Amino acid sequence: MEYMLFICSDPSAPEYVAAEDNIVEWVAEMEARGVARHGDRLRPVEDATTVTVRAGEVVVSDGPFAETKEWIAGYDIIACADLDEAIEVASKHPMARFGKIEIRPVWPLGE
Amino acid sequence: MLGGDDVAPDLTDVRRAVEAASVAETARITATLIRVTGDWSLAEDCVQDAFARALVDWPERGVPGNPGAWLTTVAKNRAIDRIRNAASEKRAVGELAVLTELEGLEDGSGGYRAAGDDRLSLIYTCCHPALPLDARVALTLRTVAGLTTREIARAFLVSEATMAKRLVRARAKIRDAGIPYRVPPPELISERTSGIMAVLYLLFNEGYSATGGSSLVREPLALEAIRLTRLLSALLKGSPQEPESLGLLALMLFHHARRRTRTDAAGDLVTLEEQDRGFWDQSAITEAVALLAAADHLGVSLRSGPCSYRVQAGIAACHMTAGDFGSTDFARVAGLYDSLAQIAPSPVVELNRAVAVAMSQGPEAGLALIDTLDRTRSLEGYYLLPAAKADLLRRLGRQSEARSEYQRALDLAPSETERRYLGKRLAEADPGATAEFIPNESATATQHERGQE
Repeated sequence: MEYMLFICSDPSAPEYVAAEDNIVEWVAEMEARGVARHGDRLRPVEDATTVTVRAGEVVVSDGPFAETKEWIAGYDIIACADLDEAIEVASKHPMARFGKIEIRPVWPLGE
Repeated sequence: MLGGDDVAPDLTDVRRAVEAASVAETARITATLIRVTGDWSLAEDCVQDAFARALVDWPERGVPGNPGAWLTTVAKNRAIDRIRNAASEKRAVGELAVLTELEGLEDGSGGYRAAGDDRLSLIYTCCHPALPLDARVALTLRTVAGLTTREIARAFLVSEATMAKRLVRARAKIRDAGIPYRVPPPELISERTSGIMAVLYLLFNEGYSATGGSSLVREPLALEAIRLTRLLSALLKGSPQEPESLGLLALMLFHHARRRTRTDAAGDLVTLEEQDRGFWDQSAITEAVALLAAADHLGVSLRSGPCSYRVQAGIAACHMTAGDFGSTDFARVAGLYDSLAQIAPSPVVELNRAVAVAMSQGPEAGLALIDTLDRTRSLEGYYLLPAAKADLLRRLGRQSEARSEYQRALDLAPSETERRYLGKRLAEADPGATAEFIPNESATATQHERGQE
């Protein structure tokens, strides 16, 4: 099953400690296991642009789609046997400690 | 309908047989059908259909010699029919394999392989942490205990439609999020088993909280929780988690033994000290004591870690085996709270420990601990802290301080029941009276109603 991990900031999480950020190890492990499909960091919300089309008009605005204290800092698409494996993969990501991670099942069109 | 035939069984006997089968067989048959078909809704419906058929069939033809086998046959045949007749666009992948496996299921209720494993898979899945807590409780009651959606809705004081939706959402999440149907692997088993026990203990406590409902509707939940915990212990036999489950069962039985004395005729809370021990259920206490001893013994031989439920049961045992409040071994209680504070530290545990220390070492010692706790502000807004403080102050003869603490507690009291209780304390002149705070009572202290047999 494919899952999207939304890697999110969390203002209430413990302070970020660069020395404990083992993202490189996480990527290496997940690639070796064949779990990692695609993923990357995302530029912060200051670099976001939101687009809507209303009454035929394209509306472009600066900023994220929702103003929240927590924002999406990165993403990973993983392929796992089941939710328990996805939970284990997410729990090993450094941002599970310094932020929060949402696991969302991918829903292919036609299903 | 029953005729005047001598051969036809009594309808009450039939109903009793169906009920007994329901208790014994629902989880077993449901669990296996879910494993084979992967379809929770289908499995639940087929089991329910089988029981409905029994209610029609058994009065006519008699209760079968092996009710479990009869029900399994009917349920699996129903599943086969429904899968075959399902609209062809929605044919599930591997349907032929499912049908083959269904047909091949042995009918002996103890006969098909890994029946115990199937039920464990069912319980672990129902209690998966990715499901919302209220859904875990509802799903467990529906599939393991076999209650109807309507019965569960009534017990939780929501509409049947609301409960049905809750169950639909839960089944959808299991399917769509990929929650695996299995007994968790070794690295997860301990935390997931604790999760099951937390659900069962929550269910048990629901049976004693009467947030507006009558106890006639709620107490069955406590009984159901006890029954499910018995089942869990049996399924965990020989595993390192068995001692913990026995500890939980003992804890529930100790609490349950007090059911007739928890509230008085007016529906007010009766403290442990004031409860008439003559009305305590001695057979429940005896069983609980034996279970706890077995749990502790097993805990040693299986080298299981110390566990919160076993320690809580130990504390309950001290109270429940004492002839009266005064002869309770409070030193032992305080020591057990020390253990509990190590395993499952919390400000409430600290408060209860302080009260036990007060009982065994005197009010000053307890008051010192409560003052320290009060200063940390971790129990801000929790009325039992000033209430405990007030009692100790009163015992020390510091009446005006006691009064102001009772007032502080009154201001924080969550409902009328607590306010009445504190009001009585405030009015009382007796310096010997104290309140004992047992986690279960205080945690569910809202509006209690008289327990029913």
